Amino acid sequence: MPKWFTPAAILCGLMFVVSPVLIARAPDESAMGMVYKIYYYHMPSAWMFLLAPLVCGVSSALFLVRGLAKDDRRAWAAAELTVLFGALTLITGPLWARRAWGTWWVWDARLTSSLVGWMIGWAYLILRRYGGPGSDKLAAGVALFGAVNVPFIFISVNYWRTIHPPTTVVPKLPVSMGVPLWFCVTAFLLLFVLLMTMRLRLEQTRTRLDALYVALDE
Amino acid sequence: MTPGRSSVRPLTPAFVRTVWMVLRKDLTVEMRSGEIAYTTLFFAASCVLIFAFALVREGRAPAGGAAGILWIAILFAGTLALGRAFERERQAETLRALLLAPVPRPAIYVGKLLGIVALLAATEVVLLPLVDFLFTARLFAHPFWLTGLVITCTIGLAAVGTLFAAMLVRARSRDMLLPVLLYPVVVPVIIAGVQGTTALLQPAFDATVVRFWLLLLVTFDVVFVVLALWTFEAVMSD
Repeated sequence: MPKWFTPAAILCGLMFVVSPVLIARAPDESAMGMVYKIYYYHMPSAWMFLLAPLVCGVSSALFLVRGLAKDDRRAWAAAELTVLFGALTLITGPLWARRAWGTWWVWDARLTSSLVGWMIGWAYLILRRYGGPGSDKLAAGVALFGAVNVPFIFISVNYWRTIHPPTTVVPKLPVSMGVPLWFCVTAFLLLFVLLMTMRLRLEQTRTRLDALYVALDE
Repeated sequence: MTPGRSSVRPLTPAFVRTVWMVLRKDLTVEMRSGEIAYTTLFFAASCVLIFAFALVREGRAPAGGAAGILWIAILFAGTLALGRAFERERQAETLRALLLAPVPRPAIYVGKLLGIVALLAATEVVLLPLVDFLFTARLFAHPFWLTGLVITCTIGLAAVGTLFAAMLVRARSRDMLLPVLLYPVVVPVIIAGVQGTTALLQPAFDATVVRFWLLLLVTFDVVFVVLALWTFEAVMSD
C-alpha cells in the first residue's frame, strides 16, 4: 500500500466518527425538521455514485484505446464502487422520501435514471464474473453506456417535473448547513479514493500471483 | 492494410456500399429461411396474447396497459431476434469472415443494425394491429406520430442490442447475458416509447407531449448509435 494510505484511512475513520456530531448540530430545516439530515449522507453518496461510473467509463475508454491492464483494473474497481455507492444512495433516498414525500419511491426521472445506472453497474459486474475470456473488453463497452447515463441523472431534476430537489439547492445552502455537508462530501470522497486504492492493490497482487503461478508451471 | 480496417470514411459511397452488402446478405438469408422473422413474430404475438389472457376482463383492457404491453413484447421479441441473428453468424464463423474483410467495421455494424431494424419493423407491422385489436387501444388514431415513435424507439433498442449481441458472440452464457446487459441500458428508450405511446392514446391528444418524447428518443438514438459505432470498432478488434 502507498505510504499515505494508513494516515488517510485513519483520517477518513475520524471524519465518519465526527460527522454525526456536526450533522446533529446543524439546524433543522424549516419544512421537514430534522428528517432532512439524512441528506448529509445521501447527497455525498449520490455524488460518489455519479463519480464512479464516470471513472469506470473513462478508464474503459482508455482500456479500449490503449489496451493497458491498469485501465481495466481501475474500471472494474469503479464498477464495484458504482454498485456500493448506488446501494447507499438508493437506501438513504427512500428513507428520506418516506418522511418528506410520504412514499418510499416515485418513478420520476431522477430516481429511475439512478436505478438504471445502478443496474448497469450490476450488469458490468455480472459480465465480468460470468462472461468468460474476453469479458474485459465487452464490459468496457457496457461501461461507456453507464457513463453516458451520468449526465442524464444529473440534469434530469432540472428538466422533468419531479418532487426531488433540483441541483440548485446546494449552492444556496446557508453556511450552518453547508459546512457539515462539505465535511461529509470530503469524508465520502476520501472513502472512495481509499476503497479504489485498496481494490486496485488487490487486483495488482492477484495479477502478480497469477504470473508467478504461470512462471512456476513453466 | 490491417484486416477489418480500411481507409473508407463514413457516409462515402464505399461505406454505403458495404452497409448495403451486409444488409442485403442478412435479408437474403432471412428471406430464404424465414427463421428469425417467423419465430420472432410468433413469440411477440404469443407475448401479447398472454398479456391479453391475463389482463383483459370481460372485453375491457386495463387503462394505459396497451402501450406498456406493446413495448414489452417488442423488447422481448427483439432480444430473441438479436440472439438468434448473431448465433447464426457464430455457428458458421461468418462474423469472423466479416470482421476480416477489408471494410470499415462501422459499416458492418450499420448493416447489421439495419437488418435488425428491418426484422423488428416486420414484427411491429403485425404486432401493432394485434395490440390495437386485443386492447381496444386506438393506436392508429395518429399514424404520423405513431410511426415516428415506433421508428425511433426501434432504432434505439436495436442500436444497443446489435452492439451487445455482436460483443457477446464469443462470450460464455451469451444467451443469459444479452438481456442482463441490454435491458438496463435500453430502459430509458422503452420508458420514452411507452410514455409517448400512452400520450397518443389519451382521449385529449396533446401533440406537445408526444413531440417531447419523440425528441428524447431521437436524442437517445443519436447518442447510442454514435457510441455503438465507436465501441463496435474498439471491442470487435480481436
